[in-house]
Amino acid sequence: MTASLIIFFVLAALAVLAAVSLILQRHPIHSALSLIVVMVALAGLYLLMGAEFVAAVQIIVYGGAVMVLFVFVIMLLNAGVEERTNFSKLATFGGIPLALALSGMIAAGIARSSGQLATSPAAAQGAISSTKQLSMMLFRDFVYPFELTSFLILVAILGAIVLAQREN
Amino acid sequence: MPILENLWIIPLLPLLGSAINGLFGAKWSKAIVNSVALGSTGVSFLCAVEAVREFLSGGSQPFRKEFFDWIVAGSFRAGFDLQLDQLTVVMVLVVTGVGFLIHIYSTGYMAHEEGYYRFFSYLNLFMFFMLILVLAANYVLLFVGWEGVGLCSYLLIGFYFLRKSAADAGKKAFIVNRIGDFGFMLGMFLLFRTFHSLDFATVFAAASKPEVAVEPLGQFGVLTVACLLLFVGATGKSAQLPLYVWLPDAMEGPTPVSALIHAATMVTAGVYMVARSHVLFTHSPTAMYVVAIVGCATAFFAATIGLVQSDIKKVLAYSTVSQLGYMFLACGVGAFGAGIFHLMTHAFFKALLFLSAGSVIHAMGGEQDMWNMGGLSKKIKVTYWCMLFGTIAIAGFPPFAAFFSKDSILFAAYNSENGGKVLYGVGLLAAVLTSFYMFRLIWLTFYGEKRYDEHKVHVHESPGTMTGPLMILALLSLTGGWFALPALFGGKDYFAEFLSPVFGAGEAGGGEAAQSLEHILSAVAVVAATAGLVVAWRMYSKKVKRGTSEGVHKLLYNKYYVDELYAAAIVRPLVWLSTNVLWKVVDAGMIDGAVNGVAEGAAAVGDAVRHTQSGNTRSYAVWVVIGAIVVLGIVFWPILHPALFGGVR
Amino acid sequence: MVPTNYYLILSAILFGLGVLAFVFKRNVITIFMAIELMLNAVNLAFVAFSRALGKSDGEVFVLFVIIVAAAEAAVGLGIIILTARNRRSLNVERVDLLKL
Repeated sequence: MTASLIIFFVLAALAVLAAVSLILQRHPIHSALSLIVVMVALAGLYLLMGAEFVAAVQIIVYGGAVMVLFVFVIMLLNAGVEERTNFSKLATFGGIPLALALSGMIAAGIARSSGQLATSPAAAQGAISSTKQLSMMLFRDFVYPFELTSFLILVAILGAIVLAQREN
Repeated sequence: MPILENLWIIPLLPLLGSAINGLFGAKWSKAIVNSVALGSTGVSFLCAVEAVREFLSGGSQPFRKEFFDWIVAGSFRAGFDLQLDQLTVVMVLVVTGVGFLIHIYSTGYMAHEEGYYRFFSYLNLFMFFMLILVLAANYVLLFVGWEGVGLCSYLLIGFYFLRKSAADAGKKAFIVNRIGDFGFMLGMFLLFRTFHSLDFATVFAAASKPEVAVEPLGQFGVLTVACLLLFVGATGKSAQLPLYVWLPDAMEGPTPVSALIHAATMVTAGVYMVARSHVLFTHSPTAMYVVAIVGCATAFFAATIGLVQSDIKKVLAYSTVSQLGYMFLACGVGAFGAGIFHLMTHAFFKALLFLSAGSVIHAMGGEQDMWNMGGLSKKIKVTYWCMLFGTIAIAGFPPFAAFFSKDSILFAAYNSENGGKVLYGVGLLAAVLTSFYMFRLIWLTFYGEKRYDEHKVHVHESPGTMTGPLMILALLSLTGGWFALPALFGGKDYFAEFLSPVFGAGEAGGGEAAQSLEHILSAVAVVAATAGLVVAWRMYSKKVKRGTSEGVHKLLYNKYYVDELYAAAIVRPLVWLSTNVLWKVVDAGMIDGAVNGVAEGAAAVGDAVRHTQSGNTRSYAVWVVIGAIVVLGIVFWPILHPALFGGVR
Repeated sequence: MVPTNYYLILSAILFGLGVLAFVFKRNVITIFMAIELMLNAVNLAFVAFSRALGKSDGEVFVLFVIIVAAAEAAVGLGIIILTARNRRSLNVERVDLLKL
């Protein structure tokens, strides 16, 4: 049992428990906080895998911006405890089996093809790539999508402003 | 311009006339409609004459030209091929010539009718189809013309379509013709199967080969069956037993129609077809025998019905059926040339008789019942003389036309084997009856006292447009037979000689004994005709009145109740079958059921699928997940499926 | 060394939990959070593959996913605000104008 394995299991358990908590909580703010825990756990896992830049971006953008936005909206809309309506029979009775089927199928697929997923020797050393390598790839091979995403963000900002305006 | 190279002009002109009159004639004056209709037919006649001239001057070689491919399917080809040989010469001249005269007559007769332009359009259309029929060089094109004339017959019989009896008569003609056509088609199919072609040249050449044996009497080989089927078609078109029933009803149409279609041209199409196929028929004595018997029986049968009819046109209708029987009798005993000769002379005098009858009807203001006429000979002289010429001709008195043609037929019948004497005897009897009822018509209509009210009916002679053609046809009835003068009168049988390249020279009787027999039989025929005349004179020329109808008279007057028999035995069961089976079960049940079933099925499916659109967002979410599972399942299938079936990886 | 499989199975579990939340929760913001959870699970899988193959393509894609998720969150929450104002409720089952 190596140290990385122990850390992995701890972080994994944390993530799963937080996800379960997200489902079980009744007030949306508690669900939001659970989601933040999931994200931090995942950032930890990224670090464990050696993707430091991604881990940092995860914390900054997801944890620091997106989730803060969620919390703000919950506050703005005065979201309270969920009311217990149940209009859809399909969702009530079909939900669990379907979710189980979905994840079961993916898990089975993964398990069946485990032989092909050997860890490469470079990764065995713990650091798969440096930030420099990542940025080279981002600004050379993927520069076009990168610029497009900046445009996408602009559009999103405009959209959000237009949508959330008060009617005058 | 070489017409022979462009034979299509001859049928095309009437077609153009028909189209122009049909499309624009409603707005035009009678003069313009006339000029289009008469012009197209007249020019067509001139072209036909010119084509004949070219044909004769070119050594009378049979001429055939293929204009374009109509049906090409595998090795089968049916093209728009027209031909001209001696037989076609006779037919095309009769059709265009007599047709033109009748067109002229119609301008006078139909002058006060509604739908004037429509009449000429149909009449021209009929000319087109009839010319296609006689000019065709293969059975398929002939059949096109065959069907087309049937269509025009329907249109023209039902010309006064507001009268139920006329509309019914048109339907009856078309349907009975159709039954015959079914036989014709089966015959064509059989011929195609045997010879793999329907061109006259190919089929007749193949049938003339020495290997093709003559099928003995009583045996039903391929050729016999084919000929019998073709003859069924001929019985329908040419009104023989048992499919003659439409012709008397067809008198509902205007009189020029009766003259052109039901006397001179369309009904002769059956005879033409049999004569054209003589190569096939001569290989099948069985079929020829059937033709002869049917022809002879029809001749007699129709004559008996004509004895007692009171409508002037019905008498002529039954007379037509009877004379057509003679033509088939001729073909049946092998005297094809004599049959065609009688066809030609019959065209002349029967058209004359019908047109004169039309003139009488016109003079009497629409009256057709002979018992309401009488004493007209002084009042409408031209019509009277023309009709008299026609009657003398049909009775068979020399030197008028039918004497020569009927004589050749009876002589050929007498000489034929297998009961030729019986055929001769019945034919002779029919000739007596013919003379009788035709002269009865003359005495009743033109002699005796007048049986009509002078104040109500203003008898007047017909205009020149009507009497002109009558006189021309009267002249032809007199002289038309002189193409085939027997040796007695010092002449030669020019007609048979002319047709011998087509039919073979085997008909002209030779030898002294045969000639004197012919003279004896001619004399007997004249005596028979005179006997009929005298009996009719004694019975009808003086004061007469219509008696009650009972016994044999009633049977004959009601045409042996044949129509009623057909109605009960055939028509009613068919109607019952159509209503209860074809309509209620097949159409309403199966076809409508299938269509409605599709609609109901679609509705049912829609009703089931409707539940996915519940309006509830959470159920939509579930559907999204289901969709994702399906897609992932498809993607993961190669990996998962050994697992599902328990295979060891 | 943690085998890649473990990461992938964890990713599958998180994804399944995200689907469960997506189907079962009634508050529209919570449903949106479930979507973010699913995206995160997928990101984990990408990075795991990237590590397994030794290339950094996976990480680049993760960056793009994060960017797009952020933009989507902004616009989506704007829509949620509008809907909540209109229907005066954050219960997704109250948004049922398509119901007959």
